[in-house]
Amino acid sequence: MIGATSLVPTAEGSSVDSAEAVPLIELKHISHSFGTPSDIAARLAIALRLAKPAPRLRAIDDVSLSVRKGEVVGLVGESGCGKSTLGRVVAGILPPTSGSVLWRGRDIKTLSPSERREAKLRVQMIFQNPYASINPRRRAVDIVGEAPRVHRLINGDFDAFVDEQFRRAGLDPALKRRFPHQFSGGQRQRIGIARALAVQPEFLVCDEAVAALDVSVQAQILNLFMDLRERLNLTYLFISHDLGVVEHISDRVAIMYLGRIVEEAPAEEIFARANHPYTQALLAEVPRIETTKRSFAAIKGELPSPLAPPSGCHFHPRCPHALPRCRTEAPRLEVVAAGHRSACHLNGVCR
Amino acid sequence: MSIDMLPPGSTAAEKGEEAPFRGLVRAFFRSPGAMFGVPLLAIIVGLALFAPLVAPQDPYDLNQLDIMDSRLPPGSQSMTGMTFWLGTDDQGRDMLSGIIYGLRISLGVGVSSALFAALFGASLGLIAAYAGGRTEAAIMRIVDLQLSFPAILVALMILAFLGKGILNVVLALVIVEWATYARAARGTALVERRKEYMEAAESLAIPRWRMLFVHLLPNCLPPLIVIATVQVARAIALEATLSFLGLGVPITEPSLGLLVANGYQYMLSGMTWISFYPGVALLITVVAINLVGDRLRDVLNPRGHS
Amino acid sequence: MNATALLQVRDLQTHFGPVKAVNGVSFSVGRGEVLGLVGESGSGKSVTGFSVIGLVDPPGTIVGGKIIFDGRDITRSGREEMRSLRGRRIAMIFQDPMMTLNPVLRIDTQLIEAVQAHEDVSRAEARARARDALGMVGIPSPDERLQAYPHQFSGGMRQRVVIAMAMLHRPDFIIADEPTTALDVTIQAQILAEMQKLVAQNHTSLIWITHDLAVVSRLADRIAVMYAGRIVETGPVSDVLTRPLHPYTAGLIDSVPSRNRRGERLRQIPGMAPNVARLPAGCAFAPRCARADARCGEAVPLFTAGMREHRCLHPLPEVRA
Repeated sequence: MIGATSLVPTAEGSSVDSAEAVPLIELKHISHSFGTPSDIAARLAIALRLAKPAPRLRAIDDVSLSVRKGEVVGLVGESGCGKSTLGRVVAGILPPTSGSVLWRGRDIKTLSPSERREAKLRVQMIFQNPYASINPRRRAVDIVGEAPRVHRLINGDFDAFVDEQFRRAGLDPALKRRFPHQFSGGQRQRIGIARALAVQPEFLVCDEAVAALDVSVQAQILNLFMDLRERLNLTYLFISHDLGVVEHISDRVAIMYLGRIVEEAPAEEIFARANHPYTQALLAEVPRIETTKRSFAAIKGELPSPLAPPSGCHFHPRCPHALPRCRTEAPRLEVVAAGHRSACHLNGVCR
Repeated sequence: MSIDMLPPGSTAAEKGEEAPFRGLVRAFFRSPGAMFGVPLLAIIVGLALFAPLVAPQDPYDLNQLDIMDSRLPPGSQSMTGMTFWLGTDDQGRDMLSGIIYGLRISLGVGVSSALFAALFGASLGLIAAYAGGRTEAAIMRIVDLQLSFPAILVALMILAFLGKGILNVVLALVIVEWATYARAARGTALVERRKEYMEAAESLAIPRWRMLFVHLLPNCLPPLIVIATVQVARAIALEATLSFLGLGVPITEPSLGLLVANGYQYMLSGMTWISFYPGVALLITVVAINLVGDRLRDVLNPRGHS
Repeated sequence: MNATALLQVRDLQTHFGPVKAVNGVSFSVGRGEVLGLVGESGSGKSVTGFSVIGLVDPPGTIVGGKIIFDGRDITRSGREEMRSLRGRRIAMIFQDPMMTLNPVLRIDTQLIEAVQAHEDVSRAEARARARDALGMVGIPSPDERLQAYPHQFSGGMRQRVVIAMAMLHRPDFIIADEPTTALDVTIQAQILAEMQKLVAQNHTSLIWITHDLAVVSRLADRIAVMYAGRIVETGPVSDVLTRPLHPYTAGLIDSVPSRNRRGERLRQIPGMAPNVARLPAGCAFAPRCARADARCGEAVPLFTAGMREHRCLHPLPEVRA
């Protein structure tokens, strides 16, 4: 059992509302598995031993995480680590297979349908693919204005409201009658942001929101996120594989590997004193502009498939410091410093 | 904050406000097949719609018929001085008028059955894709069952049960055709459903029915439109077959198929025109619809566009 | 420009109708040299790569300029001539390995085909070459892996197979178009390590096309920065990245998060990427440039200073804070 604490001590100088004792969003022992439920024919075949049961993909494996109001939590990992799935669980798009999601301290399963809808609107998601995340057959004005209109959030003129949302996201309102195919990638991302902001959320989950954008556009969008955070007092879960970006805007960082959180700490801590070997490997490869030509020395091994994760500590086949214990026993997240937790057996041994 | 400005005086196309539809229309007409097929289809539809104004004679008005005019070859004159351009049938009806009115019936039956089948089938396909689980399994098993029977057999069984009549024919065709739409709609919907704009709608708590019909359906339309054009041709041909077999539309409102059937007995006697010209009209109609449908399929093919 | 370079591109123009994707590009690459061709979407960097290897599809055509490979002008070479060069002396690696690999054929079939396309060897020998190539790029148990299909490999492995294919004939020149952009950071590091090793061992020239300045900084000897179809700055990598002369290069470097202080606004380049179908006269970057003036609306000549070249009437001062 992983020792989940619902209150994480904050780092110095972060802009978290310390009077807010209850975290905005809390995930308790969340797991999520993907797998198609077998139909009658398949179940019959399995019962007759003519077929094997389809493997279930354990995308998230007993994750506990809490985010306080005003915080920016960075969630970092590579393909198959489950960070996108976790983001969708937080945003209410995917219900977890087990565990509970708490909104302002209340389990969303216990909420009434209208309260649940409220909670859903308060958490919005910005997606990675600017080409697939907005409906190609609708005009920008309808994409942004639909949800507020359906939920009756607009007092006053519809067009004026949508214009305001456009401006807030850095788009010219004169473009609102365009269709998505005439916008650039960066502009489409802004439409997605305007759409999310239009329902007055408190929490934004950014799922690789800048990964598909050019560097110069990425800088613009990241600055927009930072502006919005200040002006609207937003809380963020920033999912990315790019540690450079995460380092820049996060207060706290959690590192995921194959469905589990392996390390969690304030941003400066992670970058100065990374504990887990995977974090250290990631940090070694953070893209930085070097002034001299350097050779690449990478960690060995392939990313294992989430369908067949290694036993014990998922990272042990690639870990340069693996112990025999690492193959058999999964390490638990334990406190290694103030506000800093890591799941590694090496922490119990003198290093 | 950076704001994107647009030069003044841009056309709607440049501004991107042109609906994706208009761009497709322009692409559509770049093919010679479409350039030929669309006017042809337009003529056929025009004839069918304005039949009373276009046809020289109302072939169902018994007062206008004279049995003495029967079985006259093309080009003959009637007693009243009217020219039978395509000859007459055994009742003295002008073939040309019969064909024009027959087009009406054939097209009417073909289009309406395709339309209703599309509405019914696509809805079921979308619901199956969206609901998943047992609902999807149930619907798709019925679709599989339906599609495993030959169309003509199913139509015959239904008409044998219901009896003849135009409405019954349309109903039978709808029952035969809906499954194709359901399968296509479900396939496309399964792909579109996973796309991120659907996830966004989910997180914005958009009501289910809106997600299905306002978000999902428009993006599933292209393959359905193509199927619809093909199905219209198929329905017309199927109805012609049924009428030929005597189970289709009643004799008082003959479709092209029924006209062919009626004239069949005279083929060997040398009075080929009674069967031949309706057959040619049927052929031209089906070809025109296929030309347009082929071009539509090319234009709507997602791989041809970004 | 180095007249004895392996590849010389002079004033290349590749247009797609009104779109001037490559609008007067000149550079050279020497033997064993790694050139990083850097730019964002729409800069024309990929089309430049395709033009050199002769893979530009209609409606795109090379409308001007020269491409000189090993002393021979290959700009107007016919298909047969280019086919004999491709694979043997010039190879290309794409971003998506499935652009090179056929999903329905086994890996050994594809590699053997690639060997036999340019050399008359027996199948057994070709297979041995294929196995060695896989081992060279760091694929474990190559004999087993030869029997597999592309979909049985992970993304990183597939890219390695593509690199192995490219290296089969020990080409003089490789053009790599963003091959690691879609890969995870740890896998990207592995691929880059392999490329470095291979290039050093075989003295292969390499053009690495990317938008990622960090990769270029560690991999390349020289860098060429592209904007709206033109090269705006060229020079040795460390030089250009520590003392950029062109405002766009400086803007790109400054936008990278690791170059900014934590928690502060990132320095961003104002405005949007230009519409390549309707370029302004003169410098394409002028509308977004803080240093631009009226003179920038006229054609900007190329300035050369030692190893550095740039196209800017108001370059940044050599010494930066």
